[in-house]
Amino acid sequence: MLITLNKDSIAITREQDVVPLRNRVKEVAVKIGMGVVNQTKLITAASELVRNMLRYAGTGNVLIEVVSRGRDTGVRLTFSDKGPGIVDIGLAMQDGYSTGKSLGLGLPGTKRLVNEFSIQSTVGQGTTVTILKWKNG
Amino acid sequence: MDKIPILRMGPFLLVTIQVDLYDRLALNLETDLVNMVHKTGARGVLIDISAVSIVDSFMGRILGNIASMTRVLDAETVVVGMQPAVAITLIELGLSLSGVYTALDVERGMALLQTKLGSDDELIDDDADNPE
Repeated sequence: MLITLNKDSIAITREQDVVPLRNRVKEVAVKIGMGVVNQTKLITAASELVRNMLRYAGTGNVLIEVVSRGRDTGVRLTFSDKGPGIVDIGLAMQDGYSTGKSLGLGLPGTKRLVNEFSIQSTVGQGTTVTILKWKNG
Repeated sequence: MDKIPILRMGPFLLVTIQVDLYDRLALNLETDLVNMVHKTGARGVLIDISAVSIVDSFMGRILGNIASMTRVLDAETVVVGMQPAVAITLIELGLSLSGVYTALDVERGMALLQTKLGSDDELIDDDADNPE
């Protein structure tokens, strides 16, 4: 069973908000004793998802949680926006696919960097992406 | 507006990124660097990212763009000082930074640029000796 130990939320309204978000995620990761490589993977993943949020939805919200399951501790991040949504999630999860001008590595790349990844999207309503990185994952 | 300083060092331009980059800042750096190469006729650009704790796909693309743009202007770009965790993350993300020269630290990066500059000059000499 997954237990949330601590939660915090950050509103993303402009590009510069990415920096405090990264710092906040790093702080949380350091606090639970996550190693540097895993920290870097988690923060990079967060950075990719925030970029998507800013590009496609303009604004959104990030929920930062410290979670535990049995002996594992980790950080779970939930990115939710009220943007246009993703028409074909399967397609969006393919390497190299992008409707914008990016390299199309954002979503599939992010998935490779974390332990758990889930995405829900409704066209016209918004998108929610949840990622989880275990301390020793 | 934040700005990343570009230092001139002989035929090279030196950039050390000491702050966390957000997209606009990275894009400005790209433009500033390409303009500086054009203005100064620099033959090489050295970008030190030792203080950068994350490089995501956008930042990676900017580094690739800088390398291609400066190459078109007859200058080589070397990225130095990448932290091991950043390298691991970049590869797992799926970004290979192809077309970007990298070196372990500033010293080796400088040496690499000097070799590139040297071999370029030899090439020009060779062409002059053997017109075809």
